Amino acid sequence: MNLQDYQGVFVFIQQVDNQVTGVSYELLGRSRGLAEDLGTEVTAVIIGDGVGSLTGKLGEFGADRVVVVDRPGLRDYMTEPYTQAISAVVEKYKPAILLFGATAIGRDLAPRVSARVRTGLTADCTKLEIDPDSKNLRMTRPAFGGNIMATILCARHRPQMATVRPGVMQKIKPRTGFVPQVDLFEPDLAKNNKYVEILETVKKTGSKRDIQDARILVSGGRGVGCPDDFSLLEDLADALGAGAEVSSSRACVDAGWTEKGMQVGQTGKTVRPHVYFALGISGAIQHLAGMEESEIIVAINKDETAPIFDVADYGVVGDLHKILPILAEKIRTEKAARA
Amino acid sequence: MKIIVCIKQVPDTHEVKLDPVTGTLIREGVPSIMNPDDKAGLEAALRIKDSLGAEVTVITMGPLQADVMLREAMAMGADRAILISDRAFGGADTWATSLTLASGIRRLSYDLIITGRQAIDGDTAQVGPQIAEHLGIPNVSYAESLQVEDGHVIVKRQYEDRYQLVKAKMPCLITALSELNKPRYMTPGGIFAAYREKEVQLWTVDDVEVDREQIGLKGSPTRVLESFPKSIKPEGTKIIPDTEEEAAQYILDRLKEKFVF
Repeated sequence: MNLQDYQGVFVFIQQVDNQVTGVSYELLGRSRGLAEDLGTEVTAVIIGDGVGSLTGKLGEFGADRVVVVDRPGLRDYMTEPYTQAISAVVEKYKPAILLFGATAIGRDLAPRVSARVRTGLTADCTKLEIDPDSKNLRMTRPAFGGNIMATILCARHRPQMATVRPGVMQKIKPRTGFVPQVDLFEPDLAKNNKYVEILETVKKTGSKRDIQDARILVSGGRGVGCPDDFSLLEDLADALGAGAEVSSSRACVDAGWTEKGMQVGQTGKTVRPHVYFALGISGAIQHLAGMEESEIIVAINKDETAPIFDVADYGVVGDLHKILPILAEKIRTEKAARA
Repeated sequence: MKIIVCIKQVPDTHEVKLDPVTGTLIREGVPSIMNPDDKAGLEAALRIKDSLGAEVTVITMGPLQADVMLREAMAMGADRAILISDRAFGGADTWATSLTLASGIRRLSYDLIITGRQAIDGDTAQVGPQIAEHLGIPNVSYAESLQVEDGHVIVKRQYEDRYQLVKAKMPCLITALSELNKPRYMTPGGIFAAYREKEVQLWTVDDVEVDREQIGLKGSPTRVLESFPKSIKPEGTKIIPDTEEEAAQYILDRLKEKFVF
């Protein structure tokens, strides 16, 4: 393998129902920095049926070029045809770096591709950097249940492949009006024994989404006061947008305010979202056991001495009933100003 | 039918603690367990055995100490256990591990292979799909439930916001979520049989047909450059704001700083 033949930073753009998943924009954002350090370009690769209209936005969020594999039958993700398509992209374009979101799709597709094209893959990265001397990609990821971090290299193989956790890389400010180069790519996709059949697709409704999958959890405790006031938490989750869900402490489940599936803690679920809002939760040890590994913990509580403040990164002593509506409105204003 | 379940012995990471002073991992006294997703995969295989009849073989790549875990699997009901162990396999990344396991599996006949989604020490979720690729069979990841029907497996495949019912023709590979089931306990009779009547077959590098250039550390495309303790979180801040407006603004500013949205 001649490593010099492999150039450019490539991002697999995940689309579901022809909507681009947020992590793909985050990857494009980080790829811009990587491409600048390498003096190269960013290419987005999108696979689907009728996805041509999505290319403009990919350009605005960082892609210099978009490779489009567009044909009937590729609308829904399936391991084998997508693996064939991405492997064909690797063969034709020879990327130096190929990134995927660490989603249920990316974590299925990327290992299959890496085994097929015979290269290394680093999972669930939280940091990507270019080594200033060797120009290799330094991929940093948590291991041992998040207790240690490891930096990994794929020095002798190309592409250097990684999946990246949603919510850790930063999108760029959109380059309004930027038009990327668009390549329509038509690889041969052979039907073979590795195809499977999708019998049925069932979308989870809002309240049934698993709190363990949420990127942000807005969690309420006894201090919420009554079941109706959980609407304040739902409104905040709504303002925060996709990936934000409402959860609760055991006290609320026992009181019949919330469902058992929403319970965080030792007798409920262990969660580890990017942001955990502990609202009116005092922070009993059994609750902390279920959430203290969250990356950012924000707590609001009236009681200045509540133990939740010992684990909170940002604690606010105050009345959640008054603060939440203002916070939700500020988030909406901020988002509207950016759009 | 013949089912192979790939299992891994892992340190119980819930028991791993960080030394608060040095920030390093305290490994002493941390028990080794069968990886939870793999155990759910084994339970799924045993349930198929119970209902339809099957021969269940467990296979692992690891050090000789993994014998205990393989005996546990047999005490739960697995019929055969294979330990692929050799110094030549040491230091393998997921690529080399999956190639080695696939080479071992090629020696066996199988209709269905089940692996856990991911191991709790590495959390990569790569070895299952990579084994399937090396063997040239389909894989369905993230199985919440599975049933065997007429030469096919029907899997409830989990995604973030949906699930799919996927039908795959056997032979195929399924990766199991621990939500799949609640694994059974070993029975006293099972434990007796696992130690007195059943054997763990030991396969070394000479027993699997694999290119020696492609195994172990040498055959691994990725290499750990360095590992370090996760930086210990700085102590949090707590404010007592004068107004709710100030409180909300404080939280908004912190969320923006951390690129939450």
